[in-house]
Amino acid sequence: MISLTWYLIFAAALFSIGLYGVLARKNAIAILMGIELMLNAVNINLVAFWRYGDLANIAGQAFAVIVFAVAAAEVAVGLALVISLYRRRNTIVAEEIDLMKW
Amino acid sequence: MSGVEIIFIIVAIVTLLAALFVVTTPNLVHAALWLILALFGVAATFVLLNATFLAVVQVVVYIGAIAVLMIFAIMLTRRVMEDSGPQINSNWILAALLGLVLFVGLTFVLINSGAANASLSDLVVDPVEQLGKELVSPNAYVIPFELASVLLLAAMIGSIVIAWKK
Amino acid sequence: MGDPINLISQWFNNLLLGWGLAEGLVKVISLAIGAAIVATLGLVTVIALIWVERKIAGRLQDRPGPNRAGPFGLFQPFADMIKIFTKEITTPDGADKVAFNIAPILAMASVLMIWAVVPFAGTVVGANINVGVLYIVAVGSFGIVAVLMAGWSSNNKFALLGAFRAVAQMVSYEVPMVIALLVPVLLARSMGMNDIVAAQTPWFIIIAPLAALIFLITSMAEVGRAPFDLLEAESEIVAGFHTEYSGMGFGMFYVSEFLHVWTVGALIATFFFGGWSGPGAENFPILGILYFYMKTFIGYFLVTWIRLSLPRIRIDQMLAFNWKFLTPLSLVVLIVTAVVDKALEMAGVERWAYALIMLAANLLIGWIVVLILKAVEPNRKRQRVEFEHRPVAVAPKSTDS
Repeated sequence: MISLTWYLIFAAALFSIGLYGVLARKNAIAILMGIELMLNAVNINLVAFWRYGDLANIAGQAFAVIVFAVAAAEVAVGLALVISLYRRRNTIVAEEIDLMKW
Repeated sequence: MSGVEIIFIIVAIVTLLAALFVVTTPNLVHAALWLILALFGVAATFVLLNATFLAVVQVVVYIGAIAVLMIFAIMLTRRVMEDSGPQINSNWILAALLGLVLFVGLTFVLINSGAANASLSDLVVDPVEQLGKELVSPNAYVIPFELASVLLLAAMIGSIVIAWKK
Repeated sequence: MGDPINLISQWFNNLLLGWGLAEGLVKVISLAIGAAIVATLGLVTVIALIWVERKIAGRLQDRPGPNRAGPFGLFQPFADMIKIFTKEITTPDGADKVAFNIAPILAMASVLMIWAVVPFAGTVVGANINVGVLYIVAVGSFGIVAVLMAGWSSNNKFALLGAFRAVAQMVSYEVPMVIALLVPVLLARSMGMNDIVAAQTPWFIIIAPLAALIFLITSMAEVGRAPFDLLEAESEIVAGFHTEYSGMGFGMFYVSEFLHVWTVGALIATFFFGGWSGPGAENFPILGILYFYMKTFIGYFLVTWIRLSLPRIRIDQMLAFNWKFLTPLSLVVLIVTAVVDKALEMAGVERWAYALIMLAANLLIGWIVVLILKAVEPNRKRQRVEFEHRPVAVAPKSTDS
């Protein structure tokens, strides 16, 4: 039997890698990819807690479904922003998008 | 070690390696392809957790839609893809340190948390049926479900407006 | 009795257990063998399909088709195979080697994996999972990734253009396809393939003909065959995403396309024509396999026939047809089916009356659609480009006057 801890550590590792990607990457699309990894790590946790907890309570899976919807919405808007940005500023490097920086 | 454990370890290692490549590969299209592998690994993890519905939805939504959209966006912003030079910014050491500290801290907490005592009970009802009923049941998750659909609609309209070519 | 396939697998399992192997290991071995058999069966079917397709194409175009190699040209596919096996596999300069070589494998796998859930007969099904329909949709998305990988890694403008077209087409036609697939799921109250087959009294083609039509059209777009073959339009972008592939690389795309058409036939048979069901199929699964193959061939023939009869549509027509016609229509069909189904269930009508009312509802939708199309069509401005009259040769104006 796989212990619940294994799943949680696996998810923690995935989350940390995603966090590194979000913080270290220059390209806005790559940052989005990091966010996807983090959301996936969260989903693993939710489903693992459902499986190892009270099976009659489906909250873990229901939350995961909502996370899917939110992730899809986030990517759609995020990529639209990136493309719009590219059209106007000709760059999608996050550091160079600093019009609001003062 | 039982067969399931071996499968889990293989899946976990493949997923984590793919995730590492996602955040380190300079070539963004390669990063997106590694992302597909990582997302597939997560789907395999869902199968191991008996959540077949979520595993399939993971493949449909993440690989079929999100990853493909990302590759599209990378190609539409193509000049950046050919950019040589580092794809990571100057404070990547701090980021790596933060990630490492987070991982070590979480692992420490998890090992001492007693999560290892959680036991696996047998599935008695079909989780797909249960999930389907509870998602639209007024006593359970119908409002989050409806809100998610409103969110998707808003995202659709929003992204069309943002990306509209004037 | 009457089910030799499960009998053989039972015997094989007992044999392995008799050798003292662990039970889990035996299960893994027999599943692996089953997967290998299903995959091989699919690939062997393609050999026959290539001959059948060329023969049909020949007859429809008023020529004999392959008739030199062997009786009726039956050995033609083998000659083709030997040719393609012996061809050199080239990788273009500047190509992304790994992605370039993985793409055809992924394309093939995405089609073969569908067969894991297709029920050949009541008891002969690879994996009777309870999310079978969604699984098919999920596996299809690997095909999109494969096309994108092939187009991008080829380092060729035509390939990239073809991949863009292919992805635009496949992603948009997936929307009405999934919605149309929800109709049989709704009627059978299950996403399991075998449950859908078992629920078909009468066949869903009678209860949901519009959903079947939408599914047929959208799956033809997913396969990328004429009239939806923009992704490899020979006269526009060479060969689309597989321009740079030679030898077996091309062969795998080719085979996966043929197998995909056959798979579409199988899915139409399973979802709308009762799958393996037929007289005597319950007791003799072998008969079920026979019925299943016959029904699959009907769907396959239909797709081939349409492919050979219609010209290619333009890319704007392709997208407009999907977003302005198929998607709204599929949504309407789904909602009407759900409402009528619930109303009839609450009224508790007989099964035959249920089928008739469903059929009537579908015909009503179809009639209204035709009316709307007729009302819209004359008002639309014809997008006709009038060219200035330009004679072939103009005499130069004389300057010496």
